Amino acid sequence: MGLCEVITGKKKFHGGIAIPHCKNTAQCETIKMGVPEKVTIPMLQHVGEPCKVLVKKGDEVKVGQLIGASGKYVSAPIHSSVSGTVTDISKMVCMNGAYVDAVEIKTDGRQEIHESVKPPSYHNDAELLELIKGSGLVGLGGAAFPTHVKLSPPKEKVIDTLIVNGAECEPYITSDYREMVENSWNIISGIYILKDLLKAKQVLIGVEDNKPEAIKIMTNIANTSGKIDIIKLKTRYPQGAEKMLIYALTGRKVPSRRLPMDVGVIVMNVNSVSFVAEYVKTGMPLIKKRVTVDGPVVNNPSNVEVLIGTHLSDVFEFCGGFKEEPYKVIMGGPMMGVSQHSLENPVLKFTNAILAFDRKTAESVKKESPCIRCAKCVQVCPMNLLPLFLNASSIRRNTAGLKKYNVMDCIECGCCSYICPAKRHLVQSIRLGKVLLRKEES
Amino acid sequence: MAEKSDRKLNNILMMSSSPHIRSKESTRRIMADVIIALLPAVAWGTYYFGPRVLLVALVTVASCVISEFICEKIMKRDITIGDLSAVVTGVLLALNLPPAIPLWIAAIGGIIAIVLIKQIFGGIGQNFMNPALGARVILLLSWTQHMTNWTNPRMPAAADTVSNATQVADAVSTATQIADVAYSVSSVADAVSSATSVADAVSSATPLIYAKTGQDVLGGVARPEYLDLFLGRVLGSIGEISVLVLLIGAAYLLIRKVITLSIPLSYIGTVALLTWILGGDKPFTGDFLYHILAGSLILGAFFMATDYSTSPVMEKGRIIMGIGCGIITVVIRLYSNYPEGVSFAIILMNLLVPLIDKFTIPRAFGGESRIERHN
Ligand code: SF4
Ligand code: SF4
Repeated sequence: MGLCEVITGKKKFHGGIAIPHCKNTAQCETIKMGVPEKVTIPMLQHVGEPCKVLVKKGDEVKVGQLIGASGKYVSAPIHSSVSGTVTDISKMVCMNGAYVDAVEIKTDGRQEIHESVKPPSYHNDAELLELIKGSGLVGLGGAAFPTHVKLSPPKEKVIDTLIVNGAECEPYITSDYREMVENSWNIISGIYILKDLLKAKQVLIGVEDNKPEAIKIMTNIANTSGKIDIIKLKTRYPQGAEKMLIYALTGRKVPSRRLPMDVGVIVMNVNSVSFVAEYVKTGMPLIKKRVTVDGPVVNNPSNVEVLIGTHLSDVFEFCGGFKEEPYKVIMGGPMMGVSQHSLENPVLKFTNAILAFDRKTAESVKKESPCIRCAKCVQVCPMNLLPLFLNASSIRRNTAGLKKYNVMDCIECGCCSYICPAKRHLVQSIRLGKVLLRKEES
Repeated sequence: MAEKSDRKLNNILMMSSSPHIRSKESTRRIMADVIIALLPAVAWGTYYFGPRVLLVALVTVASCVISEFICEKIMKRDITIGDLSAVVTGVLLALNLPPAIPLWIAAIGGIIAIVLIKQIFGGIGQNFMNPALGARVILLLSWTQHMTNWTNPRMPAAADTVSNATQVADAVSTATQIADVAYSVSSVADAVSSATSVADAVSSATPLIYAKTGQDVLGGVARPEYLDLFLGRVLGSIGEISVLVLLIGAAYLLIRKVITLSIPLSYIGTVALLTWILGGDKPFTGDFLYHILAGSLILGAFFMATDYSTSPVMEKGRIIMGIGCGIITVVIRLYSNYPEGVSFAIILMNLLVPLIDKFTIPRAFGGESRIERHN
């Protein structure tokens, strides 16, 4: 702990980087996008088991109707975001590279609501958990972990702290920020519901100090309700990474290969918390999402409320189209997001941004040159790893080396690749390294 | 509409692993920073020793760059002279050579640095010792006489009077070769006086000879003042003489975050501490300031020992390296036949870097703590 931390009482994680914020859409109030002509809803939009399709070609579906479910615990049900006719059940490449079923629905524009959607009631924790499970909620910050699983820690784990993540440290994305500004009351009611459920003693909301308006609004509301602390975090990437955030707010270090619950903490994204409150009020499952649409080639960068399953091309169209042909399209932020092969990919539950880049920006990810051992990657790694040696071990397929250098602790934040003067593809090789090691261990 | 969606389907977007943005850092930029940081030393060398210095630097740089180019062509590697690292090696080599060095030796030095030390072991980032220092030591062993001729070429040999200390130092020749240094004080003095009579066989000693012999006056020449050492009004290799200009360059590197303070501080600190304890007649009376200012400690600590390829990647390891360099330097300066030990110290520690890196693997964040209970 440095002197400065002792004085301010704040914990600073090791490393990290200062990156351009590019929060161009911070002042863009969320606009609702209309119903697209068709939507494609894949059966895997979460970490865990894919769902089985419950409808068939030709079926009429309505808004909020359950169209995919799985018997497995670590999974999340999938609902139709529109009313219309199922035109096809096709296979598509999904987030983890697997082929999964996807339901294509031609919309009728009427958006009739399914009869199963009604304000729910619950009498105890178990019923509430069941409700949350049924809502299809997954971690909306991008992790996509089924929320009901996260909220059901084993009995022996005592949770004393609920952390609400409003750090939003990735460039461009402002979707959490808009939630804090536009829906702060929802967040607070969600917090109360979850706090009771978890029996947490304290609630901490972490917000980076480059979002003063959000801090102000949240603090005002929290002050009137008490027991909730808004904590201003230093703006530094990856401040929003779970382990870094927990350390910054509580000083607790999540042990290697363990979960936040092992140190008595549950972390939830602001949008997830807010959704819980909304769902308990209305019973409408997770069918829409606020998405930040931005990037150098987008005509009108905006925050758009999009129905899940809407094709990226339609969303970009809604934002005025492109200034020039996009060269690279990313779902999520530029540091950890996933590049998309096609504009016909749909918006998913955990999509918080879609960004379109021109050739020049995209190609700043240049050809590798030899590592000069400058150790800049070491200096920025928030997990205290030695990315240059992980890189070398991975290239040589040296699993002993990968293990020695703690490859599994990498959170793939991208700081090392970002800073590397030799433009080494560090994160990419580390990911491969993890696969190698897993293969060997199994 | 149909046409448009066709185009979209055919148009597969670029895919790559995250992160999708990169910083503006580049190898070339870092090397350019190092070159900029070395310019003050080159400038002072040129001012003090005359324009010949520029010629020496030009020769070493050209030799390094051309060697790198040819080597990579032959080895069918990517040509990397654009990253400027060969230029850095060239400049560093020049700064480590005596100003009167024959140009052909300087050229050979460049070839040794790049071919023998850098490229054979795999090019940038792979070499196990600092190319410039490695070349310097090989030259020293091969052409000892030339490599220890500290004449100032700007002030020609037969300076007639003994009015000012520097000129005297030029006019006189003190212990020239490494072996001479081992002579007792009297024999040094003898050598000096005899050499003085032969006015054209001129070479001089670097300021460290005074520390070595423990004398304040050698051959009628007083040992330099601290200020002369600090400003660089003494004899020595092209780039080592002025502490002031070296510190200006070092400050630039620190501001640009090219180097960290770990190695220089631990290195210089160790030298200061040990020479203070051991460098005097009685313990704790050593003239540590003299040991810091004289010789190539500052050049070595800030610019040579911090070389990326040949220094540890963890700050902890860097401190170990600095301390190791300091100990070896002091042992050589105080207890060996050689007046200066910076090059050898750094090279020896270079060889230990893989080992140091191995023993300083940090624990991952969260890797150390037991699971604590919070209730
Ligand atoms: S930042 Fe890049 S060049 Fe520097 S040590 Fe790491 S991998 Fe090597
Ligand atoms: S090694 Fe992993 S955790 Fe460390 S900076 Fe790179 S991506 Fe982030």
